Amino acid sequence: MTSYSRPIDFKHGQVDLTHGSGGRAMAQLIHELFVRHFDNDYLRTQNDGACFPLPAGAGRMVMATDSHVVSPLFFPGGDIGCLSVHGTVNDVAMAGGKPLYLAASFILEEGFPLADLKRIVISMAAAAKEAGVPIVTGDTKVVERGKGDGVFITTTGVGIVPPGIELGPDRIRPGDVILVSGTLGDHGVAIMSQRENLSFETVIESDTAALHTLTAAMLDAVPTIRTLRDPTRGGLAAVLNEFASASGCGMLVHEKTIPIRPGVTAACELLGLDPLYVANEGKLVAICPAEDAERLLAAMRAHPHGANAAIIGAAIEDANGFVQMETVFGGRRMVDWLTGEQLPRIC
Amino acid sequence: MKYIDEYRDGALARRVAAAIAAEVEPRRDYRLMEFCGGHTHAISRYGLLDLLPPNIRMIHGPGCPVCVLPIGRVDSAIELAREQGVILCTYADTLRVPASDGLSLIKAKAQGADVRMVYSADDALRIAQDNPGCEVVFFAIGFETTTPMTAAIIKQAAALDLPNFSVFCNHVLTPAAMVHIMESEGDPDAVALDGFVGPAHVSTVIGYGPYEGFAVHYRKPVVISGFEPLDVMQSVLMLVRQINAGRAVVENQFTRAVTREGNRRAQFMVAEVFELRAAFDWRGLGEVPQSALQIKPEFATFDAEKRYGIAYRQVPDPKACECAAILRGHKHPADCKVFGTVCTPDHPIGACMVSSEGACAAHYTYGRFKVLPATEDAGVKA
Repeated sequence: MTSYSRPIDFKHGQVDLTHGSGGRAMAQLIHELFVRHFDNDYLRTQNDGACFPLPAGAGRMVMATDSHVVSPLFFPGGDIGCLSVHGTVNDVAMAGGKPLYLAASFILEEGFPLADLKRIVISMAAAAKEAGVPIVTGDTKVVERGKGDGVFITTTGVGIVPPGIELGPDRIRPGDVILVSGTLGDHGVAIMSQRENLSFETVIESDTAALHTLTAAMLDAVPTIRTLRDPTRGGLAAVLNEFASASGCGMLVHEKTIPIRPGVTAACELLGLDPLYVANEGKLVAICPAEDAERLLAAMRAHPHGANAAIIGAAIEDANGFVQMETVFGGRRMVDWLTGEQLPRIC
Repeated sequence: MKYIDEYRDGALARRVAAAIAAEVEPRRDYRLMEFCGGHTHAISRYGLLDLLPPNIRMIHGPGCPVCVLPIGRVDSAIELAREQGVILCTYADTLRVPASDGLSLIKAKAQGADVRMVYSADDALRIAQDNPGCEVVFFAIGFETTTPMTAAIIKQAAALDLPNFSVFCNHVLTPAAMVHIMESEGDPDAVALDGFVGPAHVSTVIGYGPYEGFAVHYRKPVVISGFEPLDVMQSVLMLVRQINAGRAVVENQFTRAVTREGNRRAQFMVAEVFELRAAFDWRGLGEVPQSALQIKPEFATFDAEKRYGIAYRQVPDPKACECAAILRGHKHPADCKVFGTVCTPDHPIGACMVSSEGACAAHYTYGRFKVLPATEDAGVKA
């Protein structure tokens, strides 16, 4: 006979220290929330880890991890839940991998509303389902009130890189072409517009999305892609500088070819931000040999997440490894690493 | 984006550039000072120098508010936050200005001081209202552009009888600094100038009238210019024409925002709350008489300098730092020994490396590829 236990009050309840103590309350939270929504055979076995077979003939494995501490937790176009799935799926995808499984680790703050936690978990479950990448194992810890900020989520993903796919910025050569998969700066502006001390409203939504089907289509069309990367923190500017320093090439981009939504441009003008440095969560930067660029562009544009893809420049010979931009105005300037936080100008 | 793209039109820029190239006298130099950091930023960010003939030299002026803030004043602000336990609010770039002992407001914040970044003076007032148990100080900096907002919140605080709010005033005046630069022309360190690209946002407040006496007295043309790259190009053309014709008057390129009188309401509000300070110590320029504002005795309750008995201490700039010469246009950022080595935007030694409007930061971030040993540019077309 199983004893009765009162269901968790997901409407009015809050996280308390027992939810992380290893006792009955924790087990109940895991069952009624995580196992129920993430729902898959691996989780149902209730083992501490998930054992899975390797696909036959797989090339190499790829593993990636990403912590999510976004504030606010809910923002236009997404929330920390779906973001934590997309972030790691994308990290696996950028290695040329097909993501297979995710692990999710939660750090909850005492007092965090269970209703918000449920909303986040449902969003994660939906994102994982849509991506076709199950969350097969996880962990939950609770810290005292004031020692966290609601919820932090770390996700880890494993995937397989098919034989013959070899990506890395060290493979970039002068003359290679730089492409982006769509408009830049949407996520950062969506978040900025929600920050409490910024009474600024915009309808810009985060672009948070899983890009593994896009990368698969791209690699199918052009297996010679040199490298892929998602321009998250530090934006396009950071990715291009990383590429430049890893390859020893310079980068030259043309400002007028870089896709940016008018609303993002407007918000950045007002806030004194440069959209090249603003974070994205559903975009990628690709580099491929010049002769394959048009084919790659066509493959990207044929995919919903690459509809606004564009060729924005090329790798060049430059012993200093500088990233330069031909401005809309006709002059040339550097696109340097971001300094500190992206601070607004004051006059 | 409407009303922005028009002022960044590359095709139009090439036409203005062609006009400038056609009109400059090849045998002479045109040394033009852009007073404001906003112009410095536009010139660097859009690569304007690529469009100008080589005998036009743009010299960066001192019009970057955080660059001219002396170390002693930042030290006082840090002391307020650390020792008086106040919530210190200020504009973002101010947080990174280097102070004494390797400190800055952002480092003081990391050590536990309550320092908050605000987007507008108004936010500081709101923080005071939301935290009635705490003393809140607004560390006010800037030229005439930001002064009216500070005046407005002081008046509001007075109307609300807000007991926990005060302002540490560091507002400075543009015309006084321009006069100071011209007065130091006999100085062997000073740079000879042929004309000024005059302030944009400052002039929306004070109008272009206040520069008229200056242009006549010093025989230097002044063209009030907007901050968009096409504004700057057109202003350069207007300056070239005045210089060629031997004229020296104030012309207004920024007609869409600047009038001769400026914003009377803002001026009135500033005059209500502030009075001239006898002298202010500028980083780079030194002590300049009647070049800054202080809060009038009627509003003394909201004057942090009086409330906390702040006494100004002059602190010399680090020895290796050439900010002083750079702010006066005497040296180029690349002439400074620490530029790009010890002093970078991530670890600024001098204030010119802090704000993106500072001459050094602008040059480092956007232009330094031009002065490093030339490398082969394959110029691959995308």
